[in-house]
Amino acid sequence: MTAAATNTAGTYEAQSLECIRDDRVLFEDLSFGINPGQALVLEGRNGSGKTSLLRILCGIRLPESGKLLWEGEDIFRLGPEFHEHIAYLGHKDGSKLDLTPLENLRIAQGLGKASDGIDLEEALDQVGLYGFEDVPTRNLSAGQQRRLAIARLLVTDAKLWILDEPFTSLDRKGIEHMERLFEGHLNRGGMAAMTTHHRIGFRDEVQLVRINLSER
Amino acid sequence: MSTLSLTSAFSLLLKRDLVLAYRRRAELVNPMLFFVLVTAMFPLGIGNDAKLIEAVGPGVIWVAALLAALLSLDSMFRSDYDDGSLEQFMLSAHPVSILVLAKILAHWLVTGLPLFIVAPLLAVLLNIPASAIPTLMLTLILGTPVLSLIGSVGVALTVGLRRGGVILSILVLPLYVPVLIFATDAVKTAIVGIPTTAQLSILSAMLVGSLVLAPMATAASLRISLS
Repeated sequence: MTAAATNTAGTYEAQSLECIRDDRVLFEDLSFGINPGQALVLEGRNGSGKTSLLRILCGIRLPESGKLLWEGEDIFRLGPEFHEHIAYLGHKDGSKLDLTPLENLRIAQGLGKASDGIDLEEALDQVGLYGFEDVPTRNLSAGQQRRLAIARLLVTDAKLWILDEPFTSLDRKGIEHMERLFEGHLNRGGMAAMTTHHRIGFRDEVQLVRINLSER
Repeated sequence: MSTLSLTSAFSLLLKRDLVLAYRRRAELVNPMLFFVLVTAMFPLGIGNDAKLIEAVGPGVIWVAALLAALLSLDSMFRSDYDDGSLEQFMLSAHPVSILVLAKILAHWLVTGLPLFIVAPLLAVLLNIPASAIPTLMLTLILGTPVLSLIGSVGVALTVGLRRGGVILSILVLPLYVPVLIFATDAVKTAIVGIPTTAQLSILSAMLVGSLVLAPMATAASLRISLS
């Protein structure tokens, strides 16, 4: 590891991960790396372990064996220091329905690393929720609630976006719009790890690392 | 991570939970209503034996407070677990134990503090002499936070279970027993007119101990529940 230590800045590396669920081996000896500007795209059948892998990458779930290294250091040793670099969008939006979109974003920002210069209303505008700042989240449509969850990614300085089916319940135009947002993040040197059943319409410049969990 | 943003995260989360509680205030009244109803029913059931009511009074108030706390515990992390907010807390750039402490404090403010406020009224109803009411209040202000703190560990362990209610009671109630014993003993001693420093000191020690240990245990339990 000593040779690699010099150029691990901003990289995320997984070494021989193994995941077992209900006595079934979902994947084993899975290794990959994500570099700035790259997106990891997970493919595979339902139940092949895509969500499990993303949760392992976040550090919410522990792998059966294997290592996860952020800039060469174990993420479980880093703890909150690692968490300030990631933003996770799971199956569940993680928004409170009784709060307004603006209140939800303020909490998301407070939980992350304090970032300056990212205006909450600007973030809402970017996901197409301009004018809905003060409507209770409960009254938004499913697609709008998903947009709010995506806006959460924009209000912190997180470098690595971990996205589990980010396009769920978005309309066609919404998906295209979010793809542009994700592209923008990658072009600024960000990273992403995502699953999606859609064909991803990123432009060619974006480097994709594809892993198919069903065909290993 | 600067302490400034940590304290702002703490107050942000505290405020969030208080706002959420306010917007669902119908649920909020539940534990307090339970507390008042149980204690109010007791004299009716026992009959007009003033001596007997006075003797069981401290116990009745504290058992009702215990059960009211237990009743309200499940709401501490349930909705956050269901809508995914809890995952976001675990992935926060701040230590989870501090965030958990904010949630526990909010929970105590909306469920424990109301008990403390209505207690003098119920003490009169149960014929507890006025001289012992300050002691009763002291035991409540020291004891109810302990209930929320210890309870948070139990809730954190059971929040991932579909029907964790029964396990939660079995898990948490035995840990509540010391609080019950020392608190009721303090009030009974005060009724007789003997100093209660010893019991109150032990209750304070329990509060300090659980204040230090419970948030860490809760954070670790939540991590287990979510993985």
